[in-house]
Amino acid sequence: MAEPLLQARGIVKHYGHVEALRGADFDVFPGEIVALIGDNGAGKSTLVKILSGTEQADEGEIILDGHDIQVSSPLEAQRLGIETVYQDLALAPDLDGAANLYFGREIVRRGPLGRLGFLDDDAMHAGARKAFAELGVDLQNARSPVANLSGGQRQSVAVARSVAWANKVIFLDEPTAALGVVQTGRVLDVIRRIRDRGIPVVLISHNMPQVLQVADRIEVLRLGRRVAQFDASAATMEKLVAAMTGGLDGQGSAA
Amino acid sequence: MNSVPEDMAPPTPAVDTNGSQAPAEPSEGALWRRLTKTNTAWIFLVLILLVAFFSILKPNNFPTEFNARAIATNAAVLLIIAVGETFVIITGGIDLSVGYVLLFSGVTAAQAMNAFGNPTDRGWDLILLGLLVALVSGLAWGTINGVLVTKAKVPPLIVTLGTLGMAWGMAQILSNGQDIRYIPSLLASVVGAGRFFAIPWLVVIAALVAAAGTIVLRMTRFGRYTFGVGSNEEAARRAGINVDRHLIKVYALSGLLAGFGGFLALAYFTTTTISGHANDNLNAIAAVVIGGTSLTGGIGTVVGTTIGVFIPAILASGFIIIGLQSFWQNVAVGAVLIAAVFVDQLRRRSPER
Repeated sequence: MAEPLLQARGIVKHYGHVEALRGADFDVFPGEIVALIGDNGAGKSTLVKILSGTEQADEGEIILDGHDIQVSSPLEAQRLGIETVYQDLALAPDLDGAANLYFGREIVRRGPLGRLGFLDDDAMHAGARKAFAELGVDLQNARSPVANLSGGQRQSVAVARSVAWANKVIFLDEPTAALGVVQTGRVLDVIRRIRDRGIPVVLISHNMPQVLQVADRIEVLRLGRRVAQFDASAATMEKLVAAMTGGLDGQGSAA
Repeated sequence: MNSVPEDMAPPTPAVDTNGSQAPAEPSEGALWRRLTKTNTAWIFLVLILLVAFFSILKPNNFPTEFNARAIATNAAVLLIIAVGETFVIITGGIDLSVGYVLLFSGVTAAQAMNAFGNPTDRGWDLILLGLLVALVSGLAWGTINGVLVTKAKVPPLIVTLGTLGMAWGMAQILSNGQDIRYIPSLLASVVGAGRFFAIPWLVVIAALVAAAGTIVLRMTRFGRYTFGVGSNEEAARRAGINVDRHLIKVYALSGLLAGFGGFLALAYFTTTTISGHANDNLNAIAAVVIGGTSLTGGIGTVVGTTIGVFIPAILASGFIIIGLQSFWQNVAVGAVLIAAVFVDQLRRRSPER
């Protein structure tokens, strides 16, 4: 396989006396869906927070495209092309889909009106329609506040938002946790489409069948360290559970 | 759309915005449906019904040019502070201080204009100085509110309750509790009582402020952030918006408009009316809420606020004209306020959400 696009090496993070990460490694290769799994407290969330700039590592390095990077804030992560879709969505429910897609990065009109901050709503709606269409997201009423959308549609808006701006990596934290079967299927489709366009997706999930269904590769964290890497084709539920619970300890990397 | 890896921070999502296969815009029917779904449409209907009611009861007294002018002039200053209040409430905050910031600004403006002797016969240069002092006074209080809310993290209700008292007290300290009764007569005769064609200047100015408020709220990034911050502050932060700075600007705007209102009140009443602003803040908040702006933030319109200012004004005028004690106005406005929020809650509980 090619060079990893994003690598985390020896990440250590303490919260007081609790060691959430004890030298964790993580790799994301170009054009793959990689699932990050682990039991509660394994350090998944902490690792994602560090890679998306919400928290800073105490030790370790992060390498993007072969360059050491400092992800000092979520904004810095976004600037580097790393977008994160949080479990709690982080949409503004009273704004419509387009306004959410462009929230914080609005298009202003050309000329002096634009300098005064006048918005180009037509351009944003056109861009949003295209972005949603590319992901196969069907919003009947693009001008309706996202509060009026179904859970799956809201999730799709959140994912579309990150896709529109990410040009390196997208992190999805439990993207289907609150969704029904049909909506989950749609969101997984969206994830595959993102991958097919060349943007690697990191999927953080508790849902083993889903991980096996959609991921190309699986990395397992346990007690703050990476304990296994699998090709999805070689992985089984038993192996994953064994890795998560320590049954593979001492065996090292399985991939 | 992500085919340009070297472009680390694209200014727009890399989709072309030519809108090649743009579906048809919502038709007029859809627009009408959207309107009737909003509180604004219903509250506008209430306004029309009130006007019709009083007009039928007193066809010779209520629907007259004189009365319309009186109602609009009385409402003008309140509308200006209610526009600022609308922005604050859309962010999910509240500004209780506007009435006394208005008073404070009126006092400082009057004192500035009196600093060079009796100002009665002075011209526009002194009036402009007074305006500037009023605006700066309002802006200062508003900025203090914003900084305390965002940086000291004191809830807006408490911050603005505190600055309400401080502005009130400072206004009395500065004036020794005595109304300042001398202002340039030019200010009173042109701005306070003059007309632009048939329309009082105060009403023209208030209408311009409301129009500007609507434009800023609906069409600019500032307005979009105001809704966004009120809708989900955390989402706004994660979207890279400087939420604290935006909130400080919104409270500063509210203070600035209160300062402007103080100057116009000075022109209208020709005195500082120290004891006359006890209810301004609550009237402004009531107008905003009657107008359909949500106290939980994220939803609101300046048009609604304008209607919300005029409902109490029409009730007051109507009650006087039909010979009811004016005290009934307070009862009626209170009931309208509760009814407006009740209808709003019902609407939100509707199956669509």
